[in-house]
Amino acid sequence: MRRGISIAAAVTVIALSATACGGSDDNSSSKPKAAKDISGTITYWDTSDAATEAPTYKALIKKFEAKYPKIKVNYQSVPFTDVEQKFKSAAKSGKGAPDVVRTDVGLIPEYASLGYIAPLDGTTALKDTSDFNTTPMNTTKYNGKTYGVPSVTDTLGLLYNKELLKKAGIDTPPTTWDEFIADSKTIKKKTGAYGTYLNPDSYFLLPLLYSNGADMADTSSKKITISDANAVTALTTAKKIQDEASMKVDFANAYQNMQTAFKNGKVAMLVQGPWSVSDDLTGKVFKGNEDNLGYAAVPAGAGGKAQAPTGGHDLTVYQGSKNLDASYLFSQFMTSTESQVTIATATGTLPTRKSAYTSEVTSNAKIAGFKPILEQTARPRVALPQVGSLFTPLAQNYVKILQGSESVKDGLDKTATEFQKLLPGYSIG
Amino acid sequence: MTTAASTENTDQPAPGKNAARPPRVSALRRSWDKYWYAWAMVTPVAIVLAVLVLYPLGYGFYQSLTDANESNVSATIGAFHRPATYKFVGLDNYWHVLSGADSDFYPRLLWTVIWTVVGVSLMVGLGMGLAVLLNRKMRLRGLYRALLILPWAVPSFISVFAWRLMLNSQYGVFNEIITAFGLPAQDWLGTPLAQKVAVIMVNVWVGIPFNMVAILGGLQSIPKELYEASEMDGASPWQRFVNVTLPGLRPVTNTIILLGCIWTFNMFNIIYLLLGNNTSGDADILVTFAFRKAFTGVSDYAGAATYGIIILALLLAFSTFYRRNTLKSEQA
Repeated sequence: MRRGISIAAAVTVIALSATACGGSDDNSSSKPKAAKDISGTITYWDTSDAATEAPTYKALIKKFEAKYPKIKVNYQSVPFTDVEQKFKSAAKSGKGAPDVVRTDVGLIPEYASLGYIAPLDGTTALKDTSDFNTTPMNTTKYNGKTYGVPSVTDTLGLLYNKELLKKAGIDTPPTTWDEFIADSKTIKKKTGAYGTYLNPDSYFLLPLLYSNGADMADTSSKKITISDANAVTALTTAKKIQDEASMKVDFANAYQNMQTAFKNGKVAMLVQGPWSVSDDLTGKVFKGNEDNLGYAAVPAGAGGKAQAPTGGHDLTVYQGSKNLDASYLFSQFMTSTESQVTIATATGTLPTRKSAYTSEVTSNAKIAGFKPILEQTARPRVALPQVGSLFTPLAQNYVKILQGSESVKDGLDKTATEFQKLLPGYSIG
Repeated sequence: MTTAASTENTDQPAPGKNAARPPRVSALRRSWDKYWYAWAMVTPVAIVLAVLVLYPLGYGFYQSLTDANESNVSATIGAFHRPATYKFVGLDNYWHVLSGADSDFYPRLLWTVIWTVVGVSLMVGLGMGLAVLLNRKMRLRGLYRALLILPWAVPSFISVFAWRLMLNSQYGVFNEIITAFGLPAQDWLGTPLAQKVAVIMVNVWVGIPFNMVAILGGLQSIPKELYEASEMDGASPWQRFVNVTLPGLRPVTNTIILLGCIWTFNMFNIIYLLLGNNTSGDADILVTFAFRKAFTGVSDYAGAATYGIIILALLLAFSTFYRRNTLKSEQA
């Protein structure tokens, strides 16, 4: 007789225990505790420059711990370039995630849409929003909620070597991109130095896009706008800057080379942010001669308006934090007027509070240089969770356009097609 | 059930030939009695393999059949809860990639194959040349060996960054040297072609020591008598190399070519670190491309998993084919 073969199916079910449940949270939000009674340990991931800026932040944390002795802050320095990956994988798994993390403003929509960071409206962290400047405050919003406390802000401006411009007979820095190219030619002819060094990075392309009335996408009409006529104008100008105004670009080492060339006086003007100033001032043409560094807004485009992206950092609170109250309190302390004044005077980064622009702070040349630029030209990037992914295809096609392997129109059309893969529901137009 | 089966068997009248065969279940039991220790020893390894290899592999394969990404998988973070909303899409992702609809796969695959073939040929060829050189008696042989192993001893990200500094078109040492001789400065990492040449060169530089050491070991295992005999027969040095050295090295070279292909095909850090971010993406191989899918912005889990499974399938097919062919030639 035929006997059925018994199959022993060894099914291994691996239940990855997601046991990090927040049910035991004894700090109920309906009945806020007095600040003095909040206790616990919180971990803070700092992305400020470990050598020049971190000591100031550590000193502030000491002050915080002295003021609130029941709270202990575990300070961890995470490099700016690694923080997105590190935070996202920790936040997802719930293991090793920090309670408070210093987040680039461009990442807020992404973190918020994924549920990694907590909305802060009505918490201790955001007690008085009226004091914050509108531009940095706008970077913290996603879908009508506020997800960050603005800590420092920045934007791109035009940094220039005053002596080189003077030698070339140029009295004021260029205010339009056409002038920028023309001045570069004059500088090359009269001084031998190059007008600029074009950074072939997509973030540094934004001033050109914005000032020509273009953007990556439009969220209200759900349209991808990176290939419209304005963007073509912007990219054509970028190509022209590379060909006629810039020192030859080394694509793999562009950022370092542009800094070195500017610091050595081989290049007269750079589109750069305030974070680069400390580095610039170590160069031989600026060391001991800090007045030689000039600050101006980025040039304007065909649309007539000079615009640059708002950068900077917000303090954000991890949604799964076990000590939310302490995290809110910490975020509030670190962004208070007093703390911002300390940070600004020590590091030269720009505060986000109006009240933090004290005379002591504005006497810092860097801050004095960038403050009017920020007020004049800064605007937020398009608030899409995918904005981080969008920069990659844009950068790749930007490089191809600059290298001449794609025409401006083809490159932008390809970018738009890539954008469409990342933005479901969006049409090109 | 087992007892029922065994009684059933014993109750039956002996049907001649079949009676000699022991019932299957008791054979299993006897095998267990005899070999239980072997099973016991293998179990921990099997469990570890299941957890570390089979589970992630199976999970990756499952993800490649869905449209999962970072924004539609389930997540519970503190007060926030998002249910899973991703769908099962069958072989859609594979079709999308293999039909060329994503327009990324075939150019990447072509370049990955070129990168692997050129890289491995150079690594094995140059490694063999150096090994033959070092196999001779000479002064300072130990020093040369140590120097040639150096690229292997340095962590690869350090050597890659060192190369990046040397290849810098404005401040790199190569351009300093050639401009000192009055030659025009070169953009070593500029165009896609230059980038491809540069990444292959650095990969070969990093990969040579392993090949050299392996081949050196193989050379020393070839019996001296073979060389003496062929010399007596009047074979020229080249004839000795082709007819004695190469066949004698075959077991070693077969292995290092197979390993070299698998490693180079998946070599991530050299391309990623040497070229940085401001590239046109033309020098991305399949692995670096899949990495960008999985780790820029909102992660595309399904897309990256699909690429991972396709890469695995390609390498499995290649290894099987290669092993079958080399086994045949070894037996011949």
